[in-house]
Amino acid sequence: MTAGRLLLLIPLAYLAIFFLYPLFSILERSLGGESGYGLEPFRVLLNDPYYLGRIWFTIWQAVVSTLLTLVVGLPAAFLFARYEFPGKSLLKAVSTLPFVMPTIVVAMGFTALFGSQGIVNSALMTVFSLDDPPVRITNTLTIIFMAHAFYNYAIIVRIVSALWSNLDPKLEHSAKVLGAGPIRTFYHVTLPLLLPAIISASLLAFAFSFTSFGVVLILGGPQFSTLEVSIYELTAKLFRLPLAGALAVIQLAFTYLFLLLYSRFQEQSVVPVNLMPQEATSRRAKSWRDKVFVLGMVLVLLTMLSPLIALVVRWITLDGGFGTAQMANLFSDERGSYFHLSPVTIIWNSLRFALMTVVISLVIGTIISYFISNSKRHWRTIADALVMLPLGVSAVTLGFGYIIALGRPPLDIRGSWIILVIAHSLVAYPFVIRSLMPVLKGMNPNLKEAAALLGATPARVFLLVELPLIAPALLVGATFAFAISMGEFGASLILVRSEFTTMPVAIFRFLGLPGEANLGMALGMSCLLMAVVALGFVAIERFRYKGVGGF
Amino acid sequence: MPILSASGLYKAYDDEMVVNGVSFSAEPGELLCLLGPSGCGKTTLLRMLAGLDEPDAGTISFDGRSIDGLAPQQRGFGLMFQDLALFPHMDVFGNIAFGLRMQKLPASQVQTRVHELLDLVEMSGYAHRKVHELSGGERQRVALARSLAPEPKLLMLDEPLGSLDRALRESLQSQVRRILKEVGVTSIYVTHDRDEAFTMGDRLIFMNHGDIIQTGTPEEAVANPADGFVARTLGFKNVLTGLLVSDGETLKIECAVGILSVPKPPGLETSEGAELTLLIDEKGITMSASSGTATGDSLQGVITERVFRGDWYELRVQVGNGELYCHVLADAVLNLAQTNQNVVLNIDPNFIRFLGGGG
Repeated sequence: MTAGRLLLLIPLAYLAIFFLYPLFSILERSLGGESGYGLEPFRVLLNDPYYLGRIWFTIWQAVVSTLLTLVVGLPAAFLFARYEFPGKSLLKAVSTLPFVMPTIVVAMGFTALFGSQGIVNSALMTVFSLDDPPVRITNTLTIIFMAHAFYNYAIIVRIVSALWSNLDPKLEHSAKVLGAGPIRTFYHVTLPLLLPAIISASLLAFAFSFTSFGVVLILGGPQFSTLEVSIYELTAKLFRLPLAGALAVIQLAFTYLFLLLYSRFQEQSVVPVNLMPQEATSRRAKSWRDKVFVLGMVLVLLTMLSPLIALVVRWITLDGGFGTAQMANLFSDERGSYFHLSPVTIIWNSLRFALMTVVISLVIGTIISYFISNSKRHWRTIADALVMLPLGVSAVTLGFGYIIALGRPPLDIRGSWIILVIAHSLVAYPFVIRSLMPVLKGMNPNLKEAAALLGATPARVFLLVELPLIAPALLVGATFAFAISMGEFGASLILVRSEFTTMPVAIFRFLGLPGEANLGMALGMSCLLMAVVALGFVAIERFRYKGVGGF
Repeated sequence: MPILSASGLYKAYDDEMVVNGVSFSAEPGELLCLLGPSGCGKTTLLRMLAGLDEPDAGTISFDGRSIDGLAPQQRGFGLMFQDLALFPHMDVFGNIAFGLRMQKLPASQVQTRVHELLDLVEMSGYAHRKVHELSGGERQRVALARSLAPEPKLLMLDEPLGSLDRALRESLQSQVRRILKEVGVTSIYVTHDRDEAFTMGDRLIFMNHGDIIQTGTPEEAVANPADGFVARTLGFKNVLTGLLVSDGETLKIECAVGILSVPKPPGLETSEGAELTLLIDEKGITMSASSGTATGDSLQGVITERVFRGDWYELRVQVGNGELYCHVLADAVLNLAQTNQNVVLNIDPNFIRFLGGGG
C-alpha cells in the first residue's frame, strides 16, 4: 500500500507546481510585495455596490443557466442511455460539438442565426412580410442563458447518460409494477439513483457559467458583466491590478464554497447500485410513443446545433456562393498561410496537444479520484472540493500566472509547448474526476474484496476489476479532455508561440484581419475544427465498442 | 487437531460490539454451519477470518500458524458473498478463471480447471455466457465455482442461497454440500435457516448478539438446546420462561400460560424464586374439547390459528397470557380444531425439558 501511496505524489506535485505556484505568483504580484496593498483592495471591493452587484449577478445567472441546461440535457441523456437508433453515435458526437467551440465562433453562430439580419429574422420577415426583425435577443440576458445552455448541455448529456445507461431498467420496471406512473417512477427511483451524476454534471455546468467570460462579453454586451469580465476589465482596461487580484481571490473563494457544498451533498447522494452493461439496458424504439420521443429528441438536438449549422451555411454562402476559392485558400501554403504555417500544421498542433492533454488528465484524474474515493469521509469532502479548484480559475488568469511564474528560474518552460498542454490538462482533469467519481463510489465494494480473496494484489484488483468497470467513465473523461484542449482559447492565446498556433487561436487571428477572405478563412477553420472534433469523438466512441469499454 | 482456530475475537463498529469474544475451531474437511439471526455478527466474523476486517482483539490461526495481519490475498481463503459479487464485465469463464490467473497458472491449465469446475457445478456449456444473462441459481453456482477454483484452504459462504426460491434452494443445498464434500475443503457456511443448517452442517455454531451460544452436531443441539434462543432457532415453538414458586419432588413453575407441575429432574440445582426456561415438545401436549372447567394440571385455552401442514395441523392456542403450539393429526381435527374454539390442553411432564440460560 505504501508503494501505492507514492503514486499520490504525482498529482500533488503537479498541482503544487502548475496550479498553486502560478496562482500565488499572480496574487503576490497584485496584492503583496512592493505595492504593499495587503487587504485594502478587498475592503474597497466589498464596500462598492457595483462589485457586490457583480457577485450577485454572477451567482444567479449561473443558477438559471444551469437549470436551463438541465432541462435540455436530461431528456437527451435519457435518449442516449435507453434507445438504440440509426446514427446514434454520430448524433452523440455532433451534439458534444458546442462544448468545444471557441466563444468567438459561437458568438458568430448566434449572430448568424438570431442577429437582426440573421437567418431566423430574415426568414420570419420574408414569411410574414414584416418591416422590422421580430426576434431581438442580442445583448439580452436571454441570449446569455441560451448560449450557456448551448455550451453546457453536452456536459449533462455525457455524464448523466454514462451512468443512466448502466442502470438496471428492472429498477424502473419494478416501480411501475408497484403502481408508479412514469413521472413518479422518474422522481422516486431513477432521479435518486442518477443524482450523483446529475449533481456532478450540474456542478461543471455551474462552474462554467459562473466563470463565463466570452459569452457574456461578446453576446451580452456592455450592460452585463460577470466577475470574470470585471477581472478582465480591471486588468486590461483600467489597469487596477490589485483590485483585479482581489476579485480573482473572491471568485476563487466562492468557487471553493460551492464546491464544498456540492461535495457534501454528493457524499450523501451516492448509493451503491449494481451496474449493468450498456447493451443490456438500451433498446430500439418499438412503440409509436417511443418513436415519437426519439424522433422529437433528435429534432430538438439538431435545433440546439443550429448556431453551428448557421456557421456552416454562412461559410458556404459567403461571397455569393460556396466558391472553390475558399477551400483552396484554406489548404494552400502560400495565400492561406498564417505566419508561414500551413493549416495542416495548425490542425496537427491542435490534435497532438489534445492527445497529450487526454493522457495527462486521465493519469492525474484517475489517481486523484481513486485516492479520494478510498479515503476517510471527513477529509474526502474537503479534498474533493480542493482538487476541483482549477475550475474556478479562468484560463486568462492561469495564463498570466504561467507567464509570471513559469517563465523564470527555477522552472522556465514558457517557450515550450509543454506549458500549453499543462494549462489545458489543468482545465480538463476536473472533468475526468467528475466522470469517475460517481462510478467509483457506486461500485459494489464486494467486487474488490472478492478479487482480493481470489489472490489479487491491490494493483491487480485495480487493473483487472476496477479499471474495466470505470472504463466507460474514463472514456467520458477522455472525450471532455480532448474537447477542452481542442477548443481552449484564452490560455492558448496568451501562452502560445506562433509555431504552436492551435485552431481556435488561428480563428481568432483570421477574424482580427480585415476582408472577406479572412472572414472566409475564419469560418472555414471553424468548420474544420467542428469536423476534426466530431471525428475525434466518433473515434473515441468506436474505441468503446472495440472491447475495452464493452461494459 | 483443528485446522482453523479463532480465539477471543472482538470487533466493534461505532462503539457497538458486533463480535463479542468469539472462540471456535474447525477440523480439516469439516463443514461448519454458522447459525443466527441477521445482525448477530456472522458476517463480521467471516470478514475477520477472510482478512477483510481486522479484529479489535483476538487471534486467528490456520494450520498451526497465526494469520493475524495477513492481507486477504495472502491467506488463500475463499469467500462467497451474500450478493455473490460476480464481476459484471467478465463472462462465466472469466469469473471462474480469475483466481487461477492470479496464481499465474498457464492458460492451458486454467482452461482445463475452469471446465472441470463447470462440470462440477453442472454448468458445462455456460463458459461464455455473460453474468447478466444468468438466472439466480446459475449465478450461485458460478460464484461457488469461482470460489472453489483456486482450491482455497478454507471456504466461507455467507448466506449464499438466501435469495433463491425454496425448491431451488433445497436442490442447491444438497448440491453444494456434495460438491464441498467431494472437494474436501474445510468450510464455514452462514445461514439463518434451520433446515439449511441441518442439510449442510457437520457441526452447528449458534450465534446471537455477537456471542457463540452453543456448538455441536445437529443431533446434539436438538437433544440439548443450550437456551431458549437456540431452541427457537432450531424450530421449537413452546419455549417458556417461568418463576419457581415451589421446590421439592415436584416443581411448581409459574409461567404466562399458568402454573405447571414438573417432576424435578435429577441434577437440576435450583431454588425458589429462580427463573427457569422450559421447552415443551409439541408431542407431549394433548388436546380435547372443552367440557366444563379444566381439572388438575390441564390448561384451558382458545385456538387462535390453524395451519395445515399436510398430515397434521399446527394449532396456536392462547392460554392465559401466553401461547402454546400443538400438533393434531389431520383427520382427528375436523370438529375440534376450529379457530375461536375453547379447548383443554394436557401436558405430559415427561415432555418438558429445562434449558440453561435465559429465554
